[in-house]
Amino acid sequence: MHVGKTEIVDTFAEAFEMWAARVVITADSDKWAMAAARSMTGFATSVIGCKCEAGIERTLGGDETPDGRPGVACLLFAMDAAGVGKRLVERIGQSVMTCPSTACFNGLEAEKTVVVGGKLRFFGDGYQMSKRLGARRFWRVPVMDGEFLVDDRFGVQPAVGGGNILILAADRTAVLAAAGAAVAAMREVPGVILPFPDGVVRSGSKVGSRYKALMASTNDAYCPTLRGYAPDSRVPEGVHAVAEVVIDGLDLAAVEKATRRGARAAAGAGAVQIAAGNYGGNLGKYKIGLHAVMDGADGS
Amino acid sequence: MGLELTLRNAPDVPLEAEVLSPDRVAGLSESDVAKLVVQHGNQQAELGEFFDVAAGAGGADLQLIGNLSAVKMIGAGMTRGTVLVDGNVGLHLGHGMSGGEITVDGNADDWVGPEMSGGRIIVKGNAGHTVGAAYRGSRIGMRGGEIIVHGNAGNEVGNAMRNGLIAIGGDCGDFAGVNMLAGTIIVLGQLGLRGGAGMKRGSIVCMNDATVLPTFSYACAIDPVYLRLYLSHLRSFGLHVRDDQITGRYHRWSGDSVELNRGELLLFEQ
Repeated sequence: MHVGKTEIVDTFAEAFEMWAARVVITADSDKWAMAAARSMTGFATSVIGCKCEAGIERTLGGDETPDGRPGVACLLFAMDAAGVGKRLVERIGQSVMTCPSTACFNGLEAEKTVVVGGKLRFFGDGYQMSKRLGARRFWRVPVMDGEFLVDDRFGVQPAVGGGNILILAADRTAVLAAAGAAVAAMREVPGVILPFPDGVVRSGSKVGSRYKALMASTNDAYCPTLRGYAPDSRVPEGVHAVAEVVIDGLDLAAVEKATRRGARAAAGAGAVQIAAGNYGGNLGKYKIGLHAVMDGADGS
Repeated sequence: MGLELTLRNAPDVPLEAEVLSPDRVAGLSESDVAKLVVQHGNQQAELGEFFDVAAGAGGADLQLIGNLSAVKMIGAGMTRGTVLVDGNVGLHLGHGMSGGEITVDGNADDWVGPEMSGGRIIVKGNAGHTVGAAYRGSRIGMRGGEIIVHGNAGNEVGNAMRNGLIAIGGDCGDFAGVNMLAGTIIVLGQLGLRGGAGMKRGSIVCMNDATVLPTFSYACAIDPVYLRLYLSHLRSFGLHVRDDQITGRYHRWSGDSVELNRGELLLFEQ
């Protein structure tokens, strides 16, 4: 299959079941809301080394936030619901509560919830106050610029992590241009984050290593320097750089939609080939076939 | 489809009618509803002696029409459904209710929502004394839910309340939040004297200046984020909340120091 001159390889991305939460951060200004969001989603590129994956979903206007202030929606993914809860407590506690003027709200209505504010409240050292509005309980933690308001519980739901596309291009300049186009298109899809730096990862990985201590190692099949040397190189002639865009989404449809949009955008921006990373279909619950996805309608 | 009950014979002495609740009339025919027993003074009587019962045309589970100022205990103990009253209501509206919603398109007498634990009461006119309060001799008043009064309310709003939200669109009388344990009282008009006397925790918010008890201590001027949520919520019910009240600052007083001193009085900075 080709999109323009770009070959879409007949392969699939192998994605995993994860659990996710949406965090809505508000503040007095866009600047402080974004500062907290960037801090909270920092060092959260891969569950392998960061215990979670997180990213900024989108900015929110005052008409979209619970308190009418500017905000940012972030998504956080971990391998199970309890893991999401732990990471939320750590990251909201260290990155959002610490940031001037912020408040933090649950942004996901879900059957299952994890306690977040109910744990962070202890920072109030007994001076914290609870407020209940309807079915929702908040904690007011006194801090030095006033008080930090946080939802007692955050919704968590099953989600999809590890969707991806591999973008192969003539050189690093070309691959970054194509990847940048893909990232911009993918970020328009609601319920999706791209957890790596500015959405792009160059150190794509495979499962396992010749070193026993490592559970993942470089994806040698897509390292241009190893073409003709590594046994299963998939770098075709004329390709000198590869970039990967990893996609985590609240559901499979969102990941597929982002995959389709990203692949189309990369193809239109000079990619030689679009492929995807998988583990032979033996590990992940979901197989996102590139040809099937590209054939699908954007609304599917 | 709901039921519509129109007052035909106004009772000459108070009528205790806790049967006027969605829980009590659910699944009953109109004739069965008319046979429900009410307490008329010291006599028992059938509901049909006072009300015409018919199938309801509106969306409420129970619509009551007429001047029900002498009808007590409407919606008492209800757990679900909706009650709509076209007219005034008597004492003890929604006593001990735990769910559902009562809307009164008129005034309510004393003891609106005493010791309720959930649900919502909306009074579009005025309410009497002891809204959401504890009964005499009882230690805990309102435990949850919401009472929204568009007009004025009398004394002892939220007496010993432990949770929930009471909003008064107009003025309220003296001793609002007296012995309050927790929860939130918001007064858009004037707060009477001795607000928060003996309160342990909780919040009393007023949009006007008020006389503060000497057992309260001034803390600072802040713009509490939680209040934005509460005030936006009240605005959605038609209460007149200004933008500057949502975004503005409030002077925070802590009290009552004769008790735990962990309550707060928030007075809008004019």
